[in-house]
Amino acid sequence: MALAKRIIPCLDVENGRVVKGVQFLDIRDAGDPVEVARKYDEQGADEITFLDITASHEGRDTMVHTVEKMASQVFIPLTVGGGIRTCDDIRRMLNAGADKVSINTAAVFNPEFVREAAQRFGSQCIVVAIDAKKVSLQGEPDRWEIFTHGGRKPTGLDAVEWSRKMVEYGAGEILLTSMDRDGTKNGFDLGVTRAISEAVHVPVIASGGVGNLDHLVAGCIEGKADAVLAASIFHFNEYSIPQAKAYMREHGIEVRL
Amino acid sequence: MSGSVAVIDYGMGNLHSVAKALEFVQPGVEVRVTADPEQVRSADRVLLPGVGAIRDCMAEIRRLGVDREVAEAIASGKPFLGICVGYQALMQHSEENGGVDCLGEFEGQVRFFGDDLRDSAGEKLKVPHMGWNCVEQATDHPLWADIDNGSRFYFVHSYYVQLSKRDQVAATCEYGTRFDVALQHKNVFATQFHPEKSQKAGLQLLKNFLNWDGTL
Repeated sequence: MALAKRIIPCLDVENGRVVKGVQFLDIRDAGDPVEVARKYDEQGADEITFLDITASHEGRDTMVHTVEKMASQVFIPLTVGGGIRTCDDIRRMLNAGADKVSINTAAVFNPEFVREAAQRFGSQCIVVAIDAKKVSLQGEPDRWEIFTHGGRKPTGLDAVEWSRKMVEYGAGEILLTSMDRDGTKNGFDLGVTRAISEAVHVPVIASGGVGNLDHLVAGCIEGKADAVLAASIFHFNEYSIPQAKAYMREHGIEVRL
Repeated sequence: MSGSVAVIDYGMGNLHSVAKALEFVQPGVEVRVTADPEQVRSADRVLLPGVGAIRDCMAEIRRLGVDREVAEAIASGKPFLGICVGYQALMQHSEENGGVDCLGEFEGQVRFFGDDLRDSAGEKLKVPHMGWNCVEQATDHPLWADIDNGSRFYFVHSYYVQLSKRDQVAATCEYGTRFDVALQHKNVFATQFHPEKSQKAGLQLLKNFLNWDGTL
């Protein structure tokens, strides 16, 4: 028996409600992030990620309360991302009960922030989120670049080099999203997943593109990811977490059952 | 049995998870998140948590006098639980941060997993050891009550404990090497994993701690 590959459902939360998918199934209260998180916890999810996509300050306060409520009912690791820009933001989320925070755009514009955060709170709670897009042309060696603003703005930063740098600065984990695959249901970009997983010594979470259970398997085996993150396949009840784990196990992947 | 639990607060990491988990498994339990010696002394149980780097942890432990509180609590015979860095801090010495002397309450060393850790098949392993791994119980203990041997618990650490006295090993785990993930001795129990983040098995262990009288 060895360390299990982790399955991490991701909830996009806006103004205290889950906004992706779930609400179609039960408009009355299925969009309550705490309820959704509890459901995933009962099903055996290994971690939960909350992505705060709220734009307003009021919404951010709501997020703090949501995290507080969730942390008093669900006892698996909780990562909160979205809008984490200062050490005060991190402190607030950790105090509310988050175990890790995910830093995305702020790391690109101010890499020193990652160093400062890791020194202050410890690498174990600093996840750096990387949005990568393939920029090499056909026939060229594979190359992926970091993009910001939901994949619209290129930064000129090489994704593999950037991952190495973020780990050197103190990132304890990398959350890697392929902007080419996100929302497509065509599976992870296994090339960039494997390239980054082999380039850094910290765990890598693959994200973006999961449409079926084979994608989760491929992410772990070919992509060498340590954890796989998915949203819609679980939100729409296409697959349950026990189903996903049973399938992964059939394919020789160590999972927590 | 419930009474009061002092969760020793020395400024490191997130103590709220532990406090919330204790309140969840035993509604009505009085959880004191504190460094005040009087509050610790008068509590029925003491819990030493901790995350982060050992040098900072030990510096704060000494600055706040938590070293004396820990020694006193252990000697008093009341149930004592150390978690993660709160387990490592009980050892003699840690390799982290270029070498740091710890509390020396138990004979043991804290070692680095290394930059070239590999599994039995020769595959490179990531450090930190992060995620759910199987905990092999080495002994019967009240804190293992109703927890299946081999249950998975949540870990996040780059340094591991090697205990000198094998009869103090309460559990081991395999990650490139086999190491000691739980300690038991008289009224003291300590774990490398995070019971407060280990769902059912972890909550059961915390419940067992709240029901434990500190004897075997």
